[in-house]
Amino acid sequence: MSSHTTDSTRNTAKDTTSDVSNRARSHLDLETPEKPYLDSNELIINMGPQHPATHGVLRVILKLDGEKVLGTECVIGYLHRGVEKIAENRTYTMFNPYVDRMDYVAAVSNGLGYCEAVEKLLNVEAPPRAKYIRVILTELNRIASHQLWLGTHALDIGAMTPLFYTFRDREEILKIFERYCGARLTTHAFRIGGCQYETYAGFEKEVKNFLAFFPPKIDEYEALLTTNRIWLERTRNVGVISGADCIALGVTGPVLRASGVKWDLRKAQPYAAYSEFDFEIPIGTNGDTYDRYMVRMVEMRQSLRIIEQAINGMPEGPIMGKVPKVIKPPVGEIYHSIEAPKGELGYFIVSDGSTQPYRLRVRPPSFVNLQALDIMVRGLLVADVVAVIGTLDIVLGEVDR
Amino acid sequence: MLNQFMSYLGSNVTPGSANNQLWALIYVLIIFAGVSVAVMAMNWLERKALAHFQIRLGPMRVGPHGLLQPFADALKLMLKEDIIPAEADQFVFWVAPLIGLLASFTVYTVIPFGPSQAVSDMNIGILFMLGVSSLGVLGIVVAGWASNSHYPLIGALRSSAQMVSYEVAMGLAVVSAILMTSMKTGTGTLSMLGIVEAQQEQGIWFIFKFFPLGLIAFVIFAIAMIAETNRAPFDMAEAESELTAGYHTEYSGLRWSLFMLAEYAAMIAVSSIAVTLWLGGWMRPFPNLLHAPAWDFIFSLFPGITFGGLAAIAFIGTARMPAHSFFKVQRIGLAVFAALLGFLALLLLVIAVAGRSADTSLAARFNEGIGYVYWFVLKVAVFMYLFIWYRATWPRYRFDQLMKIGWKVMLPISLGVLMVTAIVGVLVS
Amino acid sequence: MNPAINAGMAPVATPGFFYVLAGLAVASGVAVITRRNAVHAALALIVTLLSVAGLYLMLYAPFVFAVQLFVYAGGIMLLFLFVIMLVNIERSSKERRFNRMWPVALAASCALMVLFLSAFVKGRTLFPDRLMPLPESSNTQQIAGMLYGEAGRMGQYTFAFEIASLLLLVAILGAVIMTKKKI
Repeated sequence: MSSHTTDSTRNTAKDTTSDVSNRARSHLDLETPEKPYLDSNELIINMGPQHPATHGVLRVILKLDGEKVLGTECVIGYLHRGVEKIAENRTYTMFNPYVDRMDYVAAVSNGLGYCEAVEKLLNVEAPPRAKYIRVILTELNRIASHQLWLGTHALDIGAMTPLFYTFRDREEILKIFERYCGARLTTHAFRIGGCQYETYAGFEKEVKNFLAFFPPKIDEYEALLTTNRIWLERTRNVGVISGADCIALGVTGPVLRASGVKWDLRKAQPYAAYSEFDFEIPIGTNGDTYDRYMVRMVEMRQSLRIIEQAINGMPEGPIMGKVPKVIKPPVGEIYHSIEAPKGELGYFIVSDGSTQPYRLRVRPPSFVNLQALDIMVRGLLVADVVAVIGTLDIVLGEVDR
Repeated sequence: MLNQFMSYLGSNVTPGSANNQLWALIYVLIIFAGVSVAVMAMNWLERKALAHFQIRLGPMRVGPHGLLQPFADALKLMLKEDIIPAEADQFVFWVAPLIGLLASFTVYTVIPFGPSQAVSDMNIGILFMLGVSSLGVLGIVVAGWASNSHYPLIGALRSSAQMVSYEVAMGLAVVSAILMTSMKTGTGTLSMLGIVEAQQEQGIWFIFKFFPLGLIAFVIFAIAMIAETNRAPFDMAEAESELTAGYHTEYSGLRWSLFMLAEYAAMIAVSSIAVTLWLGGWMRPFPNLLHAPAWDFIFSLFPGITFGGLAAIAFIGTARMPAHSFFKVQRIGLAVFAALLGFLALLLLVIAVAGRSADTSLAARFNEGIGYVYWFVLKVAVFMYLFIWYRATWPRYRFDQLMKIGWKVMLPISLGVLMVTAIVGVLVS
Repeated sequence: MNPAINAGMAPVATPGFFYVLAGLAVASGVAVITRRNAVHAALALIVTLLSVAGLYLMLYAPFVFAVQLFVYAGGIMLLFLFVIMLVNIERSSKERRFNRMWPVALAASCALMVLFLSAFVKGRTLFPDRLMPLPESSNTQQIAGMLYGEAGRMGQYTFAFEIASLLLLVAILGAVIMTKKKI
């Protein structure tokens, strides 16, 4: 699903209902004072940008009819830092730490996508050992990202305890990261051409300890939520989106897979040694919040499988490929995407032969997935909007860049 | 006055029945103080238990193991700036927490801690309790309206709609229990003491009577009482992550703490109803099955043993505290607390031992009274712990799902239980 | 003077409590009709109802007292408050009061007062002349007997009670049907 998308996201294929076509007018409605409460006309309510449940600085304008949501409009840009413009003024190596700050929850994935994109531009391949290390760290980061998602999503729906459990277990992964590259969150783990750091002494042991430590923890999270009838009632048939709608909007990741479309870039367009591992892609049936929850839980278990295979079969060898000291890719352009925990993360780099990219465009999965919010919340109650925002698993650093 | 004071000692009826105003007033003051202490303890327990459920420690700094945290919270709330919204109705804003508080505290006049340990034995005790609890809803509605902001108003109306809906199921479950009081004597009673005495006569806690009818009625009441008090998983109206921020948004400082006080007092009150109606009130376990004096003595040791256990835990906590100069004050504080608990335990054990032989001595009467109050409070404490447990474990129900459960699930089941109980009761007797 | 000491409520300071409750009832009743703010008026009505409930308690009718609390103050007044709060009536409280008919109102209330006084004077023999010592425990049982007892001797109102509950059921169904958007 490599698409050369530009940044206009308003022209979706499903823009047919009348109140959504009034989207241009809804801007004007924001200036009018709030209508009195009990009119059965539409009421416009503003959620955010400071709100305990919008996972960052996201402003959502809801158009309500009483309690039902008629449509939403997301106002983003509160976290825009001009990352893509900065890229035009940095060399490729200098820009590497910047990509961590986009999706700060899954920084390792961001780094992987960027390094692989530049490597493709340079026509260089990372050595096998580096690929295995990359896979291990990326899958660990996938688990960490899903854990954070689970904790915050459950907290929004009202279950306070899974947050603490997931954060406690996430610490083990962050410890591995810290021992590997010195940072827990914005890791800058990889370099263009491979990895800079060799795995530290005890890496294999710690990863294997984690592999033994974690499956009971997933069982713990599932015991709290999966069969709990309150959880089921809050998440079943809430925020349904069909597979066709997902494809039309460009939604990827667990959201797409939960709607029944079997598409995972690790299998469809394998990168970085994923073709050598044996794992499954979980597919949902209804496309509701519960399916997205189950898809992510199964993905965590499958990530453990991948890590196990990788750590057991890690080849010896160099960890850095043949990359010139000064990275000056030939003139050309490349789009390379990977399966980040949140969806398809793509990098489109145009090189003009110099040490700095001419244009670097990031296709963030959360940005594109956020379009689906409007479709998902039609007809739901206000209390479900928070659940749907949570189930989309957006990170505003990535949406705004 | 002295005559009134002396004439009541040695009586075995409540001060209300004995027409003794002085002692009724004394009991009221004791209950008021006790409930305030219980609310503070409940606040501490909630924070600690919730924290331990979430693998963290909770308050540890303010006093040893956070024991002084409720005092710090109360002090902070009292010293906070009292913000009243500009357009709010001053008088109503001021009076709203008082209505809730009044309703929550008035019910304590009929709660029976023992056969004579109640302020008064009203003939319509249970009806009085349910009626006055329904007055508490008015406080919430008025509080939401007085804030002059439509988010608290929506929250208040939702809270009150929820409370009113579950009052129906609660009432029907209560009626099922009242039906059972008439099984032996032919006439039932609405008086709280009468209900416990009926359980005593029939020799069975009503939760086990006509199994599983009593159990179902009890479960319905247990669920409805959580919705009545706006606790998780029915606390959508006051959740932080929702748009409507709850009826007490605009209240700050002491006024807000009055709402919390009213909420905790209401929790204790409805738990007391559940304990009185289904769990045998002040009766110790197995009063008929194990009624030898030896068993009486063993069970009368329980209060002392409980406090002794608490003292032991506090002593162990003292021993485990780090031996650093930073912790000196906390160590001393915890040791003093442990010593107090130990002293109390010793006192209770002495009373239990001294009161076992003679039947009418002062120690024996103290022993009995302490035993009644202890078992009642223990059962209520179990419910309080359950409240906290539910809050830690479960997500919240959405508001329409909540109302759907109240009307479509609770109400039919409680009606069914009521009818079947009535039929079974007629058939049996 | 007060012969009603039995295993139950003995009256305590009866005149004092009566005057307090009655005065409160009258004062809040006046407040109901004189307050501009509708919510204040509703709250004053709640106080009136509570004082009347207290008077019931003094008349050895504890069941009626509890039901007054439960149904009237805790149910009906709550619904009053819902309606008042949800309907936008700030406008009307700021408008000038439409009280040009006050002579007619005065005449009507004077006529009512004359009616009450004449009933009291003419029918003096029907009112009891001292406090009636009713056993407290009988209130609930007697009401139950009247409502649920056998038709005829004991249960004079059984049939009427059932008809009234059917009427209420019809009212509830009607309210639900009128307000639901779709059934």
